Amino acid sequence: MALQIIQSNCTVCGACEFECPNAAIRFEDETYIIDPGLCTECKGTYDTPQCAEVCPVPETCVPA
Amino acid sequence: MSNVISLDGLAVGSKDSLTKAMESSGCSSSSCGSSDAPEDMDPATWEKVKDHPCYSEEAHHYFARMHVAVAPACNIQCNYCNRKYDCANESRPGVVSERLTPEKAARKVIAVANEIPQLSVLGIAGPGDSAYDWKKTRETFRLVQAQLPDIKLCLSSNGLALPDHVDELLEMNIDHVTLTINMIDPEVGTKIYPWIFWQHKRRTGLEASQILHERQMQSLDLLHERGILVKVNSVMIPGINDDHLLEVNKEVKRRGAFLHNIMPLISAPEHGTVFGLQGQRGPTAAELKKLQDACAGGANLMKHCRQCRADAVGLLGEDRGQEFTMDLVPDEVTYDPSKREAYKEWVAEERGERRAAAEEARAETEAAVGADAGAMLIAVATKGGGRINQHFGHATEFQIFEVDASGVRFVTHRRCDNYCVGGYGEEDKLELVIKTLEGIDTILCAKIGDCPREDLAAAGIEAIQDYAYEYIETAVSAVYRARNGLPAAETETA
Repeated sequence: MALQIIQSNCTVCGACEFECPNAAIRFEDETYIIDPGLCTECKGTYDTPQCAEVCPVPETCVPA
Repeated sequence: MSNVISLDGLAVGSKDSLTKAMESSGCSSSSCGSSDAPEDMDPATWEKVKDHPCYSEEAHHYFARMHVAVAPACNIQCNYCNRKYDCANESRPGVVSERLTPEKAARKVIAVANEIPQLSVLGIAGPGDSAYDWKKTRETFRLVQAQLPDIKLCLSSNGLALPDHVDELLEMNIDHVTLTINMIDPEVGTKIYPWIFWQHKRRTGLEASQILHERQMQSLDLLHERGILVKVNSVMIPGINDDHLLEVNKEVKRRGAFLHNIMPLISAPEHGTVFGLQGQRGPTAAELKKLQDACAGGANLMKHCRQCRADAVGLLGEDRGQEFTMDLVPDEVTYDPSKREAYKEWVAEERGERRAAAEEARAETEAAVGADAGAMLIAVATKGGGRINQHFGHATEFQIFEVDASGVRFVTHRRCDNYCVGGYGEEDKLELVIKTLEGIDTILCAKIGDCPREDLAAAGIEAIQDYAYEYIETAVSAVYRARNGLPAAETETA
């Protein structure tokens, strides 16, 4: 149960990084990646995954 | 001082020779005309804006700004924006070539301050939203302020997150904020904003625009209350908010905005924006001017905006960003304040003299030309400093001034590709320049070759180089008097 970032879509704006309630997103090798061990898909915290809510590019933060 | 003022773009005679010329015309000191606030501005406000190129048309002849792109994250989506694309050849807000960490940005600012003494303002304009990406914005300001305490800090925002940070803005002495407000009617907003991210949810439709509108008005009220100057930027989108911007102008003025900057939509399919792909057009120059004229009496209108990139460096109208990419900035830079201080001193004197010369030219014109003589538009090639100091062939834009018996006023700028490349003028480019100058029959420049001068003449445009290196106002007034059948002034600082 985790999301992933489709790197070819990512604009590297970083909005997902600071909206993530689990600090599961980090900047590495010129892009953002989600740590599947930390990602909860925001279940229990918010109604929807925050990274996907804020991401400016459709279909970029998607289920892994 | 002559070493300082012989900066590129500001090559004028020595201060002494200029002062002598002024004395011969009866104006003996640089305090004549003074650097006091213009009549329509209180001194405290003038003190804030006098060195800010975006807030004072006069300042934009002398001072440069730079943007650092430290804030890429955004909390709203606008139909005219697509931050995925980056092209060094296009110049428009939101676009950036290189994203910076606050530490890198601070280094870059110091490197630029050492090279460009005209630098007076550091702005953070995204490429996302600087109030939403607040931690990076704040950290950048903190690092820069520690080393360059006299630089003016400003930021631009869509206003959605800004109310949460107004107190911090005050603490950091940030006294200029630009809010982008494209509507005061959420129904109009639905055509511009597909969604916003607000309180952990993506909102769409009318709800999104309603929240955004309320937060924008709250931002404007809070900033005004705290004495922070607000410039409102509005993107003019034909058929969507063009007529509506008249109402926006009234409302932002009523709420205390200092300046209103109505900018034309930049839209093309290759930008990949919703508007670009839909074929939404931007306004024509005439449509923009009509709207700006209709707004007169509302908030002061900014007409010298160049819609610069989120990483622009230099005087408005030039972008020297490519000279300061991070690979060119040393790992360690130490700020050397001497150039900027000398330059500031020079400007304080110079702008007083320019104002005195402009006032003198105005008085002379008023006395010599009847009040019923019509206004005239004159194009000027300038590299800054308020003087006619650019070679025709090197101009990438012309500044347009309107003159009548009551004085000389900046109207707008018109961009063009420079005609002269590598020393050789290209004929087809000249045609573009002639198109750019539509409706204008006189251009003042520092120098022009015989061929382009003849071609311009054939197109009905007179190019005059007799006023090279003079003040714009003095020269424009002299041409106006000459056209109205009266002799040119005897007091020009030739």
